[in-house]
Amino acid sequence: MAQEVLPTKIPKAPRALKRRPKTWDSRMPWLTLLPSIVLLGVFVYGFIGWSGYVSLTNWNSFIPTLTWAGLKNYVTVLTSFRFQSDLRNIFYFTLLFIVGVLVVGLILALLIDQKIRAESLFRSIFIFPMAISFVVTGVIWSWLLNPTTGVNLILKAFGITGPQWFLSTRFVPPFHLGQINIGVPIALLAVVLAAVWQMSGFSMAVYLGGLRAIPDELKEAARMDGASAWRTFWSIIFPNLKGTTATIVVVEAAASLKVFGLIYAMTGAGQDFSTDMPNLNMFQTTFSGDAFAQGAAIAILILILMAAFTVPYVLSVLRGER
Amino acid sequence: MVMRRVNRTLVYAALIVAAILYLLPVYVVVITSLKSNASVSLAQMWTFPTHASLASLRDAWAQLGPNFGNSFYLAIPATILSASFGALNGYALTKWKFRGANVLFFVILMGLFIPYQSVLIPLLRVMDSLGLYNSIPGLILVHTVYGIPITTLIFRNFYSLIPDDILEAAKIDGTGYWGIFRYIILPLSMAGFVVAGIWQFTQIWNNFLFAVALTNPPNQPVTVALVNIAGSQTVQWNVQMASALLVSLPTLVVYIVLGKYFVRGLLAGAVKG
Repeated sequence: MAQEVLPTKIPKAPRALKRRPKTWDSRMPWLTLLPSIVLLGVFVYGFIGWSGYVSLTNWNSFIPTLTWAGLKNYVTVLTSFRFQSDLRNIFYFTLLFIVGVLVVGLILALLIDQKIRAESLFRSIFIFPMAISFVVTGVIWSWLLNPTTGVNLILKAFGITGPQWFLSTRFVPPFHLGQINIGVPIALLAVVLAAVWQMSGFSMAVYLGGLRAIPDELKEAARMDGASAWRTFWSIIFPNLKGTTATIVVVEAAASLKVFGLIYAMTGAGQDFSTDMPNLNMFQTTFSGDAFAQGAAIAILILILMAAFTVPYVLSVLRGER
Repeated sequence: MVMRRVNRTLVYAALIVAAILYLLPVYVVVITSLKSNASVSLAQMWTFPTHASLASLRDAWAQLGPNFGNSFYLAIPATILSASFGALNGYALTKWKFRGANVLFFVILMGLFIPYQSVLIPLLRVMDSLGLYNSIPGLILVHTVYGIPITTLIFRNFYSLIPDDILEAAKIDGTGYWGIFRYIILPLSMAGFVVAGIWQFTQIWNNFLFAVALTNPPNQPVTVALVNIAGSQTVQWNVQMASALLVSLPTLVVYIVLGKYFVRGLLAGAVKG
């Protein structure tokens, strides 16, 4: 991985620095970073390699059997009903969650950017859910979205029969592909709702930063030209938020691929794995099922998904800095 | 002008509706926590308790109290340690240009984006063989190490705002690497430590995965204890909500007092900072 980032052009060190004899001070930055590099080298890169190795063995019982199994565990995982359900769920969850935080975050940011009173109060209200734990959110929302009470009670007051939320067994549209129903599991919507409540403060804050970075002259010029607010938004503001949006998408996608505590506390794997996630699958396969090699295979598959999002992003940010 | 006033009214109306929606869960948690076992019912979820009772909170505290000790014992040292690593790394990466700085930063930064499931099996084995499995010191080590990427990022962004000119003068005066850190950088680092500290404290306090994977009773942090209460056989919504409230209080207090710095940590997660 490091090979890819070797800078194409390394900024030349100033001459004076080059001629200076090697001193302790010039080695100090390396020595300072060394403990962190060693720790992360072991705990991140080493452990990932170790997991990768475990995923290629027969260690699927309580006794570590580290005999070579090739890709057998990956085949088992990828063909299992549970993991295929997970892939459907994580796809819909990530998609709906990202759309949710983008739309909600942008609307809130636009409202707050209207030079309002009590701006910091409103900002604080929209961001505070980020300060609490995902498991707290899970516990609270399993009460709020309990089909016999909570939100459904309010809906009932308006004469609407609320959905079964996370207890629902419906898929929309019901459509089978192989063994999997590939419609959106309604139960998953409950989790998306809770996750958007918790995480939209982030997108709001980032969008607000993005909006404030657009020069006032641009907006002013559009207004002078007689553009409507709607037109100004789509022609001036929105195009200027592209980079901001990309940032939010990557960060929230990474958060979405890490989702674990929320599911664990709110719904668990759900009926027919309708709210299961790869992370929960990995955890239960490994620690409840003692199928360590299969758990490791799931972990590596999650890692690959994550890398596909984040590596290009981090590289482009670091390149842009130079 | 009339249009403008109508627009302003709409903006405020929308903001107030949104604020109410965001605060609804808080309302439900608080009123449910203040209900006694007898007065909590599914039909009356939204109604205010006729008389406030602290019984649920007392019940929740009786179950969670010891875990609070664990969480503080975990979060405070791990926060200080990971923030210190971050400060040292940030200093080395920004104030002393050297070959490979960007590669090293990339190597550190990618640790921020790994799904922790991908390290969990080896982590358990290593903690076990170090005798740190099922112990708070073990969790301190884990959160310190996996906290390094974000604290390094926060301090790197923070230190890059300190102009290099100040350092050049000190270098000419013959002040060395540690002297500059100690006498110039460190006194300017307060805000950086607050941002990194708040962020790490919140993350570690709220973490569930490492806690549930690496500890058993009675060494579990509050998040695991909360899930245990929520998952117990008898469903007592009032006690669950009271527990959820108690578990959230420390991080919420920090957020309310130092919210500005929390948001800066939040935005650092967007890498650019």
